[in-house]
Amino acid sequence: MRMIVCIKQVPDTADVKIDPRTNTLVREGVRSVVNPFDLYAVEEALRLRERIGGQVTALTMGPPQADQALRDVLAMGVDDAVLLSDRAFAGSDTWATSYTLALAIRKLGGADILLFGKQAADGDTAQVGPGVATQLDLPQITYVRRVVSVDQAANAPGGALVAERLLDNGHETIRTSLPCVLTVVKEINEPRFQSLTGLRRARKAVIRRWGAKELEADPKRIGLDGSPTRVVRIFPPKLRSGGVMLQGSPDAMVAELVGKLKDLVGKAS
Amino acid sequence: MKQLTISEKLCTSCGACVSACPFGALRMESVAVVDCNLCTLCGACVDACPVSAITRPESAAAVPVTDVIWRDVWVFAEVEDGHIHPVVLELLGEGRRLADQLGERLVAVLPGHETQRLVAPLVVGGADHVLVVDRPELACFQDEPYTAVLTELIRRHHPAIVLCGATTVGRSLIPRVAILANAGLTADCTALAIDPKTRRLLQTRPAFGGNIYATIECPVSRPQMATVRPKVMKPLAADPARKGEVRLDQVADALLAARAVRIGYTAEVSNTANIAEADIIVAGGRGLLKAENFRLLEDLARELGAAVGASRAAVDAGWMPYSHQIGQTGKTVCPRLYIACGISGQIQHLAGMSSSDVIVAINKDATAPIFKTATYGIVGDVVALLPKLTEAFRAAKQRA
Repeated sequence: MRMIVCIKQVPDTADVKIDPRTNTLVREGVRSVVNPFDLYAVEEALRLRERIGGQVTALTMGPPQADQALRDVLAMGVDDAVLLSDRAFAGSDTWATSYTLALAIRKLGGADILLFGKQAADGDTAQVGPGVATQLDLPQITYVRRVVSVDQAANAPGGALVAERLLDNGHETIRTSLPCVLTVVKEINEPRFQSLTGLRRARKAVIRRWGAKELEADPKRIGLDGSPTRVVRIFPPKLRSGGVMLQGSPDAMVAELVGKLKDLVGKAS
Repeated sequence: MKQLTISEKLCTSCGACVSACPFGALRMESVAVVDCNLCTLCGACVDACPVSAITRPESAAAVPVTDVIWRDVWVFAEVEDGHIHPVVLELLGEGRRLADQLGERLVAVLPGHETQRLVAPLVVGGADHVLVVDRPELACFQDEPYTAVLTELIRRHHPAIVLCGATTVGRSLIPRVAILANAGLTADCTALAIDPKTRRLLQTRPAFGGNIYATIECPVSRPQMATVRPKVMKPLAADPARKGEVRLDQVADALLAARAVRIGYTAEVSNTANIAEADIIVAGGRGLLKAENFRLLEDLARELGAAVGASRAAVDAGWMPYSHQIGQTGKTVCPRLYIACGISGQIQHLAGMSSSDVIVAINKDATAPIFKTATYGIVGDVVALLPKLTEAFRAAKQRA
């Protein structure tokens, strides 16, 4: 079973602070980490490998320093890793990113299961998993909370996978042929820590680095030129107007609060 | 290679760009200097520079301009458990405004099965036109046939704008359609507008967990696609006198094939409402101290007709299931009233709820960050206050 996990390096949101004076993000000293959602995808790939055997490759697109994100998941036990890094990729939106990742996955010879975190913690778009699935014309199951079974013999050629998808109002069970794309939610597992031997292996690992040329990418479909969307403005959120701290005895505060919320609550019911 | 250009002549080394950059790609030497490995060409610094010293490279046309005329505003009519999803009516309300501004039609697109009774609410909700594809294969949402049908309809009718709720279904379906349609897509928008000069759709969305907002447009490609967060847009007042046309389109059988097939569905059995759709949410965190105390929260929720949410700490402690988690690793909500009980208000939690209309915080720690976001704050013992609050709301209702 071949598995490819696509990951993204993001700023550690636990470190992100807002400058109270300018109301902008303070980026100084903010560490870069593997997108927390992607760790669940890595963990699930490792668990599938333990269950049914196979190989797990980690793939990321980013600046040269995204190398570290790949080493972090190599230390968890991923077999090998590929970094897509090229100035020509800069300014990619989710369309161009999906295209670029799909080229790399084809160059790797494809996989039986492609795994993604449900979304990245910086952009929050949740578009790249389904985008890659579509670029490769593969079926997908998004928001997976449990992989129920993988059967490589079922209705060959690729086999079949059954998983539960978390919906807004419950969950559904979906059966798909392989190869397929999964995007996973936090509920699916508890990611393992890096092991000492893993860290040692990760330090020494040779990470393949591919650019636009190696991928034979169409220059009109990568980077800024390949991105149908453009950011026209970035601005800080409006500060919430200062709140009111209620004062007095517990009973007095409760009475005051109920008074203030009376209209709001009445409308809803 | 495409990169920012910073004019040494114009730059006054004021540093505005350095603090504006969300990616830490700029630093100040004698003039501003950009690290090309970090720069994503997002343009935040271009807007921030008071002397217009920074210019961003222009993108070549991503898609060849064709002579097709793209017009009309489409809303994907998501169906959940046999009913039109509430977010569809919100999108029709917003879509009506956009369509009127453009002087174009508002079209609800309804793929499904046995759809007759679903058409009326769409017309009453603002649609001029309902475009229906009715096939048994579309009886429930499945990613592939829905993708194929929506893409085919876009190729046939050339809408200028396609809107969809940022629900689980929308966030799975629309990225697939955008790839096939060669279209730009903006996720999770919280504001939409039409640029009066270019007639382009301006799509505003939060990023970095709500710490910054970006306005995005599609200069060339069509349609302009966006998913929109539930509960942000306002539905129109239902007008039973509204008239709309219904058009039934046929599609080829090949479009209805699915490799990923739904084989089971379990609705979550819960005595309280779904948090993504709730008008009122009462949420509990570590300050509730133990699982049993969530009953106090449920009592209040029942009294208010509210949904119960939880912080990550409460979910990790096993007090509530993950499906109730609010925050960056859980769900994003924006109810009209959010009551945070024993939640300190870490940045990750705020990312999931800070756009709520009114926020009430109850916490024993007066310095908890949640109070900075709260409309009304109470410092006190939440376990003791919750029953009092439930009782007080009950008494107020009886008086009314």
